[in-house]
Amino acid sequence: MLLVLIALFAVAGIAPFIFRLLGRSTFYVLSAVPALAFVWLLANFSSFTQADQAASAGGPNAPPSELYSWIGPLNVHLDFRMDALSAVLCLLVLGVGALVLFYCARYFKNEDPHTGAFGAQLLAFAASMFGLVTADDMILLFIFWELTTILSFLLIGFNRTRMSARRSALTALIVTTFGGLTMLAGIIMLGTAAGTYRISEIMAMAPELSALGTYIDVAIALLLIGAISKSALVPFHFWLPGAMAAPTPVSAYLHAAAMVKAGVYLIARLSPGFNETAFWQPMLLWLGLATMLIGGWRALKQHDLKLLLAYGTVSQLGFMILVLGVGTPNATLAALAMMLAHGFFKATLFLVVGIIDHKSGTRDLHQLSGLYKSAPLLFVISAIAVASMAGVPPLFGFVAKESVYEALLENAADNGAVGVFLLIGVVAGAVLTFAYSARFLWGGFANKTGLKKTAFPRVPLLFLTPLLVLSAATVVFAWIPHVLEDLIAPFVGLLPAAQTPIHLGLWHGLSPALGLSILTMALGAAIFLAREKVFVFQSKVPAVFDAERDYKHMVGGLDNLAIWLTGRTQRGSLSFYLIVIMIVALVVPVVAMLWLDTPIPGNFIAYDHPAQLVIGLIMILGAVGAVQANRRFLAVLMVSVTGYGMAAIFALQGAPDLAVTQLLVETIVLVAFVLALRALPVELWAKNPTGHRLGRALIGIGFGAAMVLIAATAMASRVAEPISLAYPELAYVGGAGKNIVNVTLVDMRAWDTFGEITVLAAAATGVASLIFVRGRGDTRLRASEVPRGSVDHGSEAIGINGKSRAGLAMARTFALSKSDSWLVAGHTLAPERRSITFEVVTRLLFHTILLSSVYLLLAGHNTPGGGFAGGLLAGLALTIRYLAGGRVELAEATPVSPGTLMGAGLGLAALSAAAPLLFGAQMFASAAIEFTLPVFGEHKFVTSTVFDIGVYLVVVGLVIDVLRSLGSEIDERSEGRSPTDMHDLVTGADTGVGR
Amino acid sequence: MSTNITLLIVMGVLFAVGFYLLLERSLTRVLLGIVVLGNGVNLLLLSAGGRRGQAPLYEESLAAEDYTDPLPQALILTAIVITFAVTAFMLAMIYRSWVISRADVVTDDLEDLRVSQQSTFDFEEDSPVPEDTTEFDGDVDLDLVPVKKPKGKGPRA
Repeated sequence: MLLVLIALFAVAGIAPFIFRLLGRSTFYVLSAVPALAFVWLLANFSSFTQADQAASAGGPNAPPSELYSWIGPLNVHLDFRMDALSAVLCLLVLGVGALVLFYCARYFKNEDPHTGAFGAQLLAFAASMFGLVTADDMILLFIFWELTTILSFLLIGFNRTRMSARRSALTALIVTTFGGLTMLAGIIMLGTAAGTYRISEIMAMAPELSALGTYIDVAIALLLIGAISKSALVPFHFWLPGAMAAPTPVSAYLHAAAMVKAGVYLIARLSPGFNETAFWQPMLLWLGLATMLIGGWRALKQHDLKLLLAYGTVSQLGFMILVLGVGTPNATLAALAMMLAHGFFKATLFLVVGIIDHKSGTRDLHQLSGLYKSAPLLFVISAIAVASMAGVPPLFGFVAKESVYEALLENAADNGAVGVFLLIGVVAGAVLTFAYSARFLWGGFANKTGLKKTAFPRVPLLFLTPLLVLSAATVVFAWIPHVLEDLIAPFVGLLPAAQTPIHLGLWHGLSPALGLSILTMALGAAIFLAREKVFVFQSKVPAVFDAERDYKHMVGGLDNLAIWLTGRTQRGSLSFYLIVIMIVALVVPVVAMLWLDTPIPGNFIAYDHPAQLVIGLIMILGAVGAVQANRRFLAVLMVSVTGYGMAAIFALQGAPDLAVTQLLVETIVLVAFVLALRALPVELWAKNPTGHRLGRALIGIGFGAAMVLIAATAMASRVAEPISLAYPELAYVGGAGKNIVNVTLVDMRAWDTFGEITVLAAAATGVASLIFVRGRGDTRLRASEVPRGSVDHGSEAIGINGKSRAGLAMARTFALSKSDSWLVAGHTLAPERRSITFEVVTRLLFHTILLSSVYLLLAGHNTPGGGFAGGLLAGLALTIRYLAGGRVELAEATPVSPGTLMGAGLGLAALSAAAPLLFGAQMFASAAIEFTLPVFGEHKFVTSTVFDIGVYLVVVGLVIDVLRSLGSEIDERSEGRSPTDMHDLVTGADTGVGR
Repeated sequence: MSTNITLLIVMGVLFAVGFYLLLERSLTRVLLGIVVLGNGVNLLLLSAGGRRGQAPLYEESLAAEDYTDPLPQALILTAIVITFAVTAFMLAMIYRSWVISRADVVTDDLEDLRVSQQSTFDFEEDSPVPEDTTEFDGDVDLDLVPVKKPKGKGPRA
């Protein structure tokens, strides 16, 4: 079974490629796959039907099962089982599937677009149906169930340029997915109660499960909702006529023979165990009857032949499910016979409509005329199928309908009024069926007065072959119905035996059922003959019940609700969102604090170190100054005050690593601020509409106060020993390092750090992308290519007074002197930009700082420092180079592009993460290697240092990217202009995006 | 555990100022707000670590309680560097916003406003579709068939 399934899916997968080779003839190849599977099915049929249908897998004479373990802890497995019921469904799925694919080879043209995808989807659909009916696991069944939903969606929407197709596809998807999810809930309820999802086991324990009462009643009802949504019963029926937007072969297969039968299958499958649960009969009998009558009534109104068939299908599905709902063995036999009969005749009729549409360009029965003469063979085929649908002897449809009447008569005799009512309803439905069947034949083929004969070319025999096969089945099985009965009977045997079992047959003598058949035909014929009057009557009756309209209102209402909600919450204002977030963040913890029994903060101390008072005061002044400052750089400086204050606090609080890092970051951030904001106006809010100042101040102060309260409470709430008490020992013994913070970063919590440096690389790339716009701008500038004194010309007038004029003359001399070897690219700067003091100091400091940074990096494992601090220090060294020598100097100082640096850094870090795996250790495990060097003596190298080197490289790359982007690139754009002037026009196309 | 009031108050002020700045419309001030908030959060983490002790550099003679708590420090160190990266990114955004629109203010999102004012979600959902009675618009198999006027494929076609 699994092999067949895989073969079907696999060929579906490669179908588009075959289409490129063979064009539409590929459909023949595709058709061969289900055809072969069909042959396999027939060859093994006896092993399916003669097995003990109730036996569980592995038991004596059990039906063939294939069990593969899948998700053990959830009890979900790839279990397949081919018993009689599955085999009967497979006959339809594979047989009709093969025929429809065969038909497609003539239905489509070679030049039609997307036929490859179509063929693949159709075959994949056959595979999914095969999986659905053979799955012996509820979850697996659900998966195939939803697969058919998705494929149905794709196939209905195949004509993607038609709005009707797209809309119908979506409707079908939403309705059947709704049912599917409801069903999933039922499946899980059932599976939880049973302790297994294997269908055969659940069926075996059905009596115990049913004893659970309401729980199981509800679970089964949920499953039934799934089934009736799939089989298009009222109130879900409207999706099926809509689905007629699909190409006609799809309608023939999915919406007549296969997919809509999935619901019938599921109901039949559950019937032996659960047809006495509380909601079974009420749901199936009444919804089935309503569907049968509504479908028949609507079918009679249609003038599109395909829609007529669609409503007919709705009606027939209601019919089948109603009969199944009765639950007696006779009714079940009759229902399954009806299902086969329907598969034969309805698929045929859809294919007929396809040919009519294909050859004449319309399906409108008001436009078709005289086809019985121009397409005689098609007419004969249609007549057979239509007669079978109408229940006319001697065809299989008659045999099936006869058995239904017998079963319902028996039910009426047993159940009194309800049974009689059902019987009358079904006869009424059958009368409608006869009438619309006749209308179909008349509409499609008859000569109509006042209409020109429809031009109709000859239909090739190959095109008709699938129809001939199906018609043959309709005729032949009427005479040998026991063959099909033998297939169905083993499954029916699972139900308690009937007192007087019925048998399929053409002739049962002059029975009441025959009388009902004759009555049906007579009344149906009468309605057909009076069709004009009936039509007038129908158009006068208002549609009281219009599920499609209700569905539209529901979807529309949901849309409106969504828009309303979005409009209320998504107002496009950042402040609004922030205020909402803050108020929630404020209210929830405060309420929780009041609600719960939180300890009162106590044990206060004023300070840890008296200097904290001074530093704290300065920081507060800085913060308030930042609010008050109305010049951009003043505000930045004020914020910097708080930052440097943080560094001091860290230093006093016994956190040297933090102090060093904060100090370095603060300095680089200050430079970055100045570089980036120099292009912006000096005044911070020339046009800033600062409304609601008081309100914002209150929110801010409230939040600050709440944070103080929360922090104090949190600190007072500590009851457990902090885990960090174990850190010193872990760091020294496990991480072989004395600097506990650094070992934490590179060893104990290395995953966090790895994530962080990834973020750094992403942010750096973001900075470069925002400024360079196209690429990272990695082409390197060389000092030798740049003319002397050409870089960083400003537009400000320099030297209006004598003093600066002298200074400028001095600078010129300095710039033009031959011996300017302080910096590599100092001479490229415009003379007025140079500072000899700065260049000399830079020359003296750069290498020292760089060496210190390497020391910080390597020694960081045992003393304050590490990759972050080291990298920042190296970045600071480069910052100094840039500030002293301009952008060419920076380019000369960084021979390796920041992208490469960060890539190498991440690579090293990843390597140090993965390398231990090779030695059988966990990721990020570290080892200490001790060795002796001739001069330096004994040394210990800890492998996590490699990780720290990676961190170092990433941080250096980040700083370079900031300098290159916010520094060099903005320099280049503002060359020769005042800093605030027209930055966007300097390099023209280079700034590209957004304008 | 004891609570350091000085640090707590400084933290409160930083939070208050940070959020006040965050609610401004000037992008520069928003960014400054983020930086100040970052400092406030770091201070919160630091005070949550408890009283000051020895720098967390291992010495055999010291008991585990004698060090300043190393765990918040590792968190703060990460936070400092991340704040740097975020600051740089936002600076680049401010510059970009200035280059493109001559503005460094946070404006209301017009697209969001438009969404909140529209009446239905998708006009296509509500427009009527003409009835199709054939799949073979205009490309019927045979020339014998009188040319029908092509059916509409929906109002948008």
